Amino acid sequence: MSTDNANNMDKRSSSADKQSSSMDKRPSAFEYAPAPESRAIVDIAPSYGLFIDGEFTEAADGKVFKTVSPSTEEVLSEVAQAGSEDVDRAVGAARKAFEKWSALPGSERAKYLFRIARIIQERSRELAVLETLDNGKPIKETRDADLPLVAAHFFYYAGWADKLGHAGFGANPRPLGVAGQVIPWNFPLLMLAWKIAPALAAGNTVVLKPAETTPLSALFFADICRQAGLPRGVVNILPGYGDAGASIVAHPDVDKVAFTGSTAVGKEIARTVAGTRKKLTLELGGKGANIVFDDAPIDQAVEGIVTGIFFNQGQVCCAGSRLLVQESVQDELLHSLKRRLSTLRLGDPLDKNTDIGAINSAEQLARITALAEQGEAEGAERWSPACELPSAGYWFAPTLFTNVTQAHTIARDEIFGPVLSVLTFRTPEEAVAKANNTPYGLSAGIWTEKGSRILAVANKLRAGVVWSNTFNKFDPTSPFGGYKESGFGREGGRHGLEAYLDV
Amino acid sequence: MSEKPKNPKNTEKAEPQRLSVFKTYKLYVGGKFPRSESGRVYEVTDPSGKWLANAPLSSRKDARDAVVAARKAFGAWSGATAYNRGQVLYRVAEMLEGRKAQFVQEVADAEGLSKPKATVQVDAAIDRWVWYAGWTDKIAQVVGGGNPVAGPFFNLSSPEPTGVVAVLAPQESSFLGLVSVIAPVIATGNTAVVIASERSPLPALSLGEVLATSDVPGGVVNVLSGRTAEIAAPLAAHQDVNAIDLAGADDVLAKELEIAAADNLKRVLRPQPVDNADGIDWFATPGIERMTAFLETKTVWHPTGSLGASGSSY
Repeated sequence: MSTDNANNMDKRSSSADKQSSSMDKRPSAFEYAPAPESRAIVDIAPSYGLFIDGEFTEAADGKVFKTVSPSTEEVLSEVAQAGSEDVDRAVGAARKAFEKWSALPGSERAKYLFRIARIIQERSRELAVLETLDNGKPIKETRDADLPLVAAHFFYYAGWADKLGHAGFGANPRPLGVAGQVIPWNFPLLMLAWKIAPALAAGNTVVLKPAETTPLSALFFADICRQAGLPRGVVNILPGYGDAGASIVAHPDVDKVAFTGSTAVGKEIARTVAGTRKKLTLELGGKGANIVFDDAPIDQAVEGIVTGIFFNQGQVCCAGSRLLVQESVQDELLHSLKRRLSTLRLGDPLDKNTDIGAINSAEQLARITALAEQGEAEGAERWSPACELPSAGYWFAPTLFTNVTQAHTIARDEIFGPVLSVLTFRTPEEAVAKANNTPYGLSAGIWTEKGSRILAVANKLRAGVVWSNTFNKFDPTSPFGGYKESGFGREGGRHGLEAYLDV
Repeated sequence: MSEKPKNPKNTEKAEPQRLSVFKTYKLYVGGKFPRSESGRVYEVTDPSGKWLANAPLSSRKDARDAVVAARKAFGAWSGATAYNRGQVLYRVAEMLEGRKAQFVQEVADAEGLSKPKATVQVDAAIDRWVWYAGWTDKIAQVVGGGNPVAGPFFNLSSPEPTGVVAVLAPQESSFLGLVSVIAPVIATGNTAVVIASERSPLPALSLGEVLATSDVPGGVVNVLSGRTAEIAAPLAAHQDVNAIDLAGADDVLAKELEIAAADNLKRVLRPQPVDNADGIDWFATPGIERMTAFLETKTVWHPTGSLGASGSSY
């Protein structure tokens, strides 16, 4: 299956690393000949509307915004910007569609979702290129991780649509109604899939707002809904800013709110829906600890650390942004890690050899820059490999901080960028205590060859996803979500249905 | 202030009857029975207004102390085996059975019920402990399990308790309702800070005495009496409380508390919609929702490697 690609990613890069490190004189990371993926496969229109009730339409107030390619700052398209009036219209369309959609036999809903999954597979190269253009992440990732996972997610939840009575929520669980969904820019199409697939399978209709910096793949998804013959109004896409998201969340006719994004906004949403009957699931920030014990396979751990913090330029809520390394292997590990970072190729996201793409927006780049500067100011030691940054676009070199303490801002705040903070520990107890010393609780990693240690430590970590001897693996069957201030509810698997059923 | 009850029945007899010993109702915090640190009490009466006792009027400091006790107890209780927790919950039922007469009297007084009606309530409450005792080592299999991921990984999802749960016990059902909200919280390994029914706190305070003699470790359940709104506000805003059950809150208070709870993203169980004019039917067999509301799902990935013809990768 295509998702094998995603799951095997670290294995492939691991063997590549062994080859390169075994050579005495390695070629510089930038001596590779360019191998760009053609962007001719995707046809981006000069402008897009909102997708409401099965039709593209202008915003009621006529507002538009531009979406740019973060790697070049080229304007890709001009997109209608939803306002509260548009939200009202979209919720109305979703409400109208709900009656028939929820009354369809589950087996019919399933077939629509299977169609969508198949069309996504057919158009996956096009969508991968589009996503890379609009988001700035390497084509290697959109092609091998995002898109296979998107298709798999629809394929997975399609199968649930006519089996809801077997999901453990009673014999005849009912959909909630209209789901209002607000998603982030780091995995635009994947987050859309995580939201829309279970919602539709359970019989809900949706109003979804993609992030303002990455609206395009959601608009292409609208076209996929058209190709699949999905009844009008079942999926409504409203590109826009935070105000549109707030309107969706606060709309009285929305029955369910699902949000992926920052913890601060998540808290605001929780306050907004307080006292209503709206069901809420939140997938928020994180400050994942990646714990390396002294008996860990160092080469594999290094690959896992790189995957953990530099996948998608570190713009991942479950990133392993705190490296906790046992003191006795710190020097050895850091040596290997620095050598590995020197081989990462940063540049044109469409180049198939690129490891590190562009930061998604100027705003995000400014935030990462400020936090990294604060790390230095507070006394942590900053290191980056020699790395030439392109002159246009938003770029940030892979960055490592050592001599980091738990009091440092870079050890506490989510940076959401390619910045790794290295802390040390002496005993497993200390590792667990430090790993859990955060208001977040989304992810964690454990690297050790000792099975009982993995199980014992995994047991004590207060995190929703624990990767042992691997990192950043995702699968539609595997529930994902956080403890504490990383949010609540789970996406993926049987668990992910609960958010969209009246249970 | 308090009007002591007249000694019933003995006014006409010449011989003095034995004067009964009143109980000083106290809080149950960290396995101990303190008075409110504020030194305050309030009068508890039956529905007709007859004085029953003075109950501690807990302060926000009492609430914070209870959270500290609950947090301290969480590690051992959540780390206990499910079988052990099941036996402890069953032990609560055993102890209650032996003190049934006391609870029938307290529930009858608290809710203005006849003895037979109060007996039905207490019986159901005892049986509820038994029901949840049996759940402790089954819930993980029902809501967790292996996930067939598309790759060479062993992937397992397991439920874990969310932590310290603030529980606003139902206002009307002073004992059956109370047990119905406490048992599911602790069955799965959470620890609880419980605010007893404001008007009828005595069965809850007496339950503390039962818990103390039932092998429930101190701090696993902490019982506070007083003004629900006054105690609930600091709990809803407390940064070391992981979740809140709003069963005993009216709509206005529930909204206020849910807003405060958002500050550290507590898991919020909203008040159950009322079934009918008689209120919530606490006799109905519960579902698992009161347990799952306070469970996290942890998913652990581990490579399985491969030992096929292509060779071992691990």
